[in-house]
Amino acid sequence: MSAGRVAIVGVGYTPFRPITPDVSFREMVYEAAAKAYEDAGIEPQKDLDACVTCQDDFEHGRSIWNEQTPDSLGAVLKPVGTIPGDGIYGLIDAYMQIRSGLRNVVVVETHSKASNMITRNYLLAHAPDPIYNKPLSQHPYYIAGMEMNRFLYETGNTKEQCAMVAVKNRRNALSNPVAAYGQKSAVEDVLGSEMISYPLTELDTSSHADGGIVMVLASEDRARSLAGKPVWIKGVGWCSETPWLESRNWGEAVYAKLAADMAYRIAKINEPREDIDFAEVDDTFSYKELQHLEALGLCQRGMAGRMTSDGVTQRQGELPVNVSGGSLGVGHLVEATGLQKVLEVVLQLRGEAGKRQLDNARVGLAQSWRGIPYASGAVAILSRE
Amino acid sequence: MRNEVGELPGVPLTEKDVLHKKVLSTEWDPKLKWAWDTGIGYGRYLNELKKGRIVGSKCNKCKRVLLPARAFCELCFRQVDEWVHLKDTGTVNTFSIAYTDWVARRIKEPRIPAMIEIDGSGGVAILHLLGAVDPKQVRVGLRVKAVWKPESQREGAITDILHWLPMGEG
Repeated sequence: MSAGRVAIVGVGYTPFRPITPDVSFREMVYEAAAKAYEDAGIEPQKDLDACVTCQDDFEHGRSIWNEQTPDSLGAVLKPVGTIPGDGIYGLIDAYMQIRSGLRNVVVVETHSKASNMITRNYLLAHAPDPIYNKPLSQHPYYIAGMEMNRFLYETGNTKEQCAMVAVKNRRNALSNPVAAYGQKSAVEDVLGSEMISYPLTELDTSSHADGGIVMVLASEDRARSLAGKPVWIKGVGWCSETPWLESRNWGEAVYAKLAADMAYRIAKINEPREDIDFAEVDDTFSYKELQHLEALGLCQRGMAGRMTSDGVTQRQGELPVNVSGGSLGVGHLVEATGLQKVLEVVLQLRGEAGKRQLDNARVGLAQSWRGIPYASGAVAILSRE
Repeated sequence: MRNEVGELPGVPLTEKDVLHKKVLSTEWDPKLKWAWDTGIGYGRYLNELKKGRIVGSKCNKCKRVLLPARAFCELCFRQVDEWVHLKDTGTVNTFSIAYTDWVARRIKEPRIPAMIEIDGSGGVAILHLLGAVDPKQVRVGLRVKAVWKPESQREGAITDILHWLPMGEG
């Protein structure tokens, strides 16, 4: 029984692209897994105690899909945990297995083949309540429009400040060789792009990308015996608000606040703004970054827009946010979105982020949102010490 | 059994209740479509079927043939070493005689799905159907041969093989 600290000891990923016609999902995950094991310096058949995989059946078009992935992970004939949700939930599952002393080495897998789901709008239409919400039948992005509207109304943040998030993140993505949607753009481009559902425009919205991400987690004893640089998981948290659109808080991301409270408590962080050096937060839509920064306690309520326009969240700012490019710049990776954020935090903490490397990256936060129509999400806090 | 239960409590629903919307009901046409990237393994296997051939891939570490062909060996966790063409003959490993269709309606002529160990694969089986076989004659160990669609009708699908027929006793 170790019941001690838990580290991420290896990461592997494939480039994030709008389409990936050269590989099947199996081959994509195999590539990410092979890189992760090489990075960790382990052999899966010998060293792996268990695997956790995070996929959604509808997304992939096959029932009980996530039983397919152990094959690509060198994890056949091993315990498998399947989570139909975001990758950070899988990371937390693996963390708990090790923290409890049950396992020493656990691998977490999640991937996106979003390009293969070719009637995505119809897929999304199945998410809202079939009795009360779906018969009103608009494309569910109106839910994001309503949330953005109320958030801006309550906080005084502006559409222009949301647009600045979209500009910043796509610009950041130009320095990330594996990001799919890097570009230079201006606030006017975002505001002037096609209206999707007022006040949300097309460029306020992330586009999908394909890609696989695999991470190897280990107990402290095991991590110390491996050659690589361990990145320590200091705290984790997750939370779901009510699933009812009718009852939820439209102006504030309560789920992110409570998830962060849990993670800060475990990580013994009392002053997040002081202790967190940088963050990768959910930015499925531009306003979500602002809403999440406030919920995570990384700024005062109503101040995330101001913090953005003042340049605090730029790569050179005091609190860099979504240096990877975020979902707006990297591409939205469906269930792999959260682990892409964890991946960036790991690379930054290891000093391996290349051109976009931050100078003083000691403690980083990654946060995910489950997506429309829900108000739920997870947080992980990582440290190089 | 049914008699023992006696009168059931409550009001049973009839088809009319649903059709006449006397009960809450909702209908939705899902319109869900996927276009899966075949990649290396599926792509090669399907292309070979189009040519009328069964291809496996070989792992030189565990010496296994993988069927259908795959890009990596899931046990050794390494890329496969070579593609191997196999015969279109084999031996029935196991089978069933299926009397229901896709929506579980009874069918008169049963289908006979079988796992067929492909000759030269070292006992690795693929799933397919036996054709024109009297269900009473089917047995584990039956020797069978593939019946292919004419070349012009093949499209790179598992159904490019119509079914498998017994090769005759002996």
